[in-house]
Amino acid sequence: MLNPFAIAKRLRQIGLVGIGQRNAEFVLRYNQRKYYPRVDDKLITKALAIEAGLPVPELYAVVREEHEIGELHGRIRDREQFVVKPAHGSGGDGILVVTGRRGEKYRRSNGALMGREEFEHHLSNMLSGLFSLGGQPDHILVEYCVQFDPVFDNVSYKGVPDIRIISFLGYPVMAMIRLPTRMSDGKANLHQGAIGVGIDIPTGTTRRGVWGTEPVKEHPDTEHSIVGLSIPHWDELLLIGAKAYELSKLGYVGVDVVLDKVHGPMVLELNARPGLAIQIANGNGLLHRLRKIQALEAEGRLSSDPAERVAFSKANFPTR
Amino acid sequence: MKKTQLYVLAFLLATIGLGATWYKWQVLKFPMLPVEETEVWEIQARVEFEARRGPNRATLRLPDNPPGFTILDERFVARNYGMTIERDRDGRRVIWAIRRASGPQALYYRSTIYRDQFSEQRARPPEPPTPGSWEEPFATARITLLEDVREKSVDSASFAGELMRRLNAAQPTEEVRLLGEGVRTIDDRVRLAVSLLGDRQISARPVYGLLLAGNDANASLVPYLQVFDTSELVWRMVDPVNGRIGWPDNFLVWSIGPQPVLDVDGERRGRVSFSMQRSLADALETAKARLEARDRNLIAYSLLDLPLQAQEVYKILLLVPIGAFIMLILRNLVGIKTFGTFMPVLIALAFNWTGLLPGVALFFVVITMGLLVRFYMERLKLLLVPRLTAVLIVVVILMALVSVVSNRLGIEVGLSVALFPMIIMTMVIERVSVAWEERGPGFAISQALGSIAIAALAYLAMGQKHLQHAIFVFPELLLVLLALTLLLGRYSGYRLTELFRFRALAREAAAKTGA
Repeated sequence: MLNPFAIAKRLRQIGLVGIGQRNAEFVLRYNQRKYYPRVDDKLITKALAIEAGLPVPELYAVVREEHEIGELHGRIRDREQFVVKPAHGSGGDGILVVTGRRGEKYRRSNGALMGREEFEHHLSNMLSGLFSLGGQPDHILVEYCVQFDPVFDNVSYKGVPDIRIISFLGYPVMAMIRLPTRMSDGKANLHQGAIGVGIDIPTGTTRRGVWGTEPVKEHPDTEHSIVGLSIPHWDELLLIGAKAYELSKLGYVGVDVVLDKVHGPMVLELNARPGLAIQIANGNGLLHRLRKIQALEAEGRLSSDPAERVAFSKANFPTR
Repeated sequence: MKKTQLYVLAFLLATIGLGATWYKWQVLKFPMLPVEETEVWEIQARVEFEARRGPNRATLRLPDNPPGFTILDERFVARNYGMTIERDRDGRRVIWAIRRASGPQALYYRSTIYRDQFSEQRARPPEPPTPGSWEEPFATARITLLEDVREKSVDSASFAGELMRRLNAAQPTEEVRLLGEGVRTIDDRVRLAVSLLGDRQISARPVYGLLLAGNDANASLVPYLQVFDTSELVWRMVDPVNGRIGWPDNFLVWSIGPQPVLDVDGERRGRVSFSMQRSLADALETAKARLEARDRNLIAYSLLDLPLQAQEVYKILLLVPIGAFIMLILRNLVGIKTFGTFMPVLIALAFNWTGLLPGVALFFVVITMGLLVRFYMERLKLLLVPRLTAVLIVVVILMALVSVVSNRLGIEVGLSVALFPMIIMTMVIERVSVAWEERGPGFAISQALGSIAIAALAYLAMGQKHLQHAIFVFPELLLVLLALTLLLGRYSGYRLTELFRFRALAREAAAKTGA
């Protein structure tokens, strides 16, 4: 299997969507530019999600100006744990998770202490746009730090497992859970070494995982099986994925959700150009599923009821 | 749906671009290759005469739109002489005049001549000559000769050809010997033929020209006989020796008619000598000069007429689309990731000044040193914009340092680094350092190497002499490039790196189907 044409043929058979096809046929066609701010600015996303009745982490403070950074220490005096993130950040860049305090200093999730000066410098970089797309000046969100549901404790190393659902015209088409590893330094980014585990849409159980480019069955750090886990609140998660369409008005959108111990699923962010690694995690191409929904669209049978759409997805999109 | 529109647009653009290029190449004769050369002759006419007391005036006849050639350039060298150029029915001539002169005089006319396409020009029919009256026995001899010739000819040209042959015959007939008394040179024979043809009311005239060959320091004008063809309305050339009809190769018509080529104060005084030199000129320059001689507007609205400095700028600027196109292929078809969209193209442009290897080396030296500074700045907790400014200043200082040091060591490349776009360097340093911290050194270095690799590739493509030349002379080719870009704009197949990335999936699919 070294012949590129043979590989291309196989990939076409399983309906793998490449980046060119994703952009040309789905992102450009179904995602109108004017709706991008709805997902690019996490502040707007949060407001829209609250309006739509979707659960989001509580917002503690917003920092828009340089001078507000100094005042922030006072405003979050009472919060033991919180997350600081740039509103336009992507891929988890620049996110600062504070899990405790030690006098004037903040303790980060990796255990390191951070002095006030260093903290302020990091925030100032965020405001200058160091982490935002295109480097335009940004603003900062300070919000509730999600307390992770312990169901994934056995299969994640230190950080934040999150669930990614791709939703097309409001139909959840594919889902995966991303598990941090020692290699990814607690981050849930696949290209940094996190494991992607495909989820079967009808049942909400994990089917298979991929680490780098190789299929895996156990978590490399904890040795626990990652296959056959059943995701709690699955129907609720699918419904969130379905509602993301009305919320964002984007036809092709990725929804990142985390499971909180107390509050259940919470929407972290939406993505107008969700990555394609989810196909590796599921061992399935997206195209056949997307075409089914395009067929509905052509017949004019698209549903405007999120629950109905979830039902359709559960009946049609199993991951084998 | 909209795809047809795209295809039509791309097709139109490509057609216009290719069509214009073909027209310029084939019809206007712009050279496709950079080193193409054309045959060009430098011709000099040297006029010598002994000045007499008082005012002197010399008239030299000049070539006037010689068929098959274009005069690219003319220069007149005559110290202290006043000069006027006249043109009338008989052609063109230069008149040199001086109020006071003494001793031998030398005046020069020089021209550069380019071989052009030959086309026979229609002419207005001249007044038919009136036959002269001759004494016996010449009258009878002429009539007999002309009757003989008439038997063997069908039209005026073949008549003249046959006549010329008889006048040149090794064993001339009685009549020719009689008429040829005192006729020695070819020129005399041509003039005799003109007079004989006049008896039959056939318009004929002598023409004088140069037979262009290689280099000849001492060439002289060659006479030819021209006969008017009343049916085709053209002047036919008749070889004065063998009577063959048709234009000889390499014949540059200098003057037409019996008037002398040089005339000094109305006398046949002085001497004119010719020299010629064949040379190969840059075809581009020649095409430019030739079109300018034909129609100024053709050149006035092209890049070739810009001031030289602007031309140099455009030579480089027009390469940017090529680099960008390569970038497009490598990013969208191959799938290589780079810093920024067009950063590699800009780096490639910078290589233009430094050369490839010194450029890459300099790039790495400056970026590495800049990175060290940047990491130190990180510890100082500067805000973003001041930090960028500080890095920029350090980059400039670094480059100055590199230049000074390499100059001391006698390496020349360091000097050209001054033109290396500093802003690009600064941005690269910032991006590399952010990527370094956020994604790890491996990611940052691999992306930096990807950028450099694309930059090097783009540089090599942009450095192609043929490509450079073609784009500069035929900027229409950019339309073709635009068409290709539009077509690639809708490419939605897999990228090469994606095949690698998803190859495990393909293997699995193959295993499942049992193939």
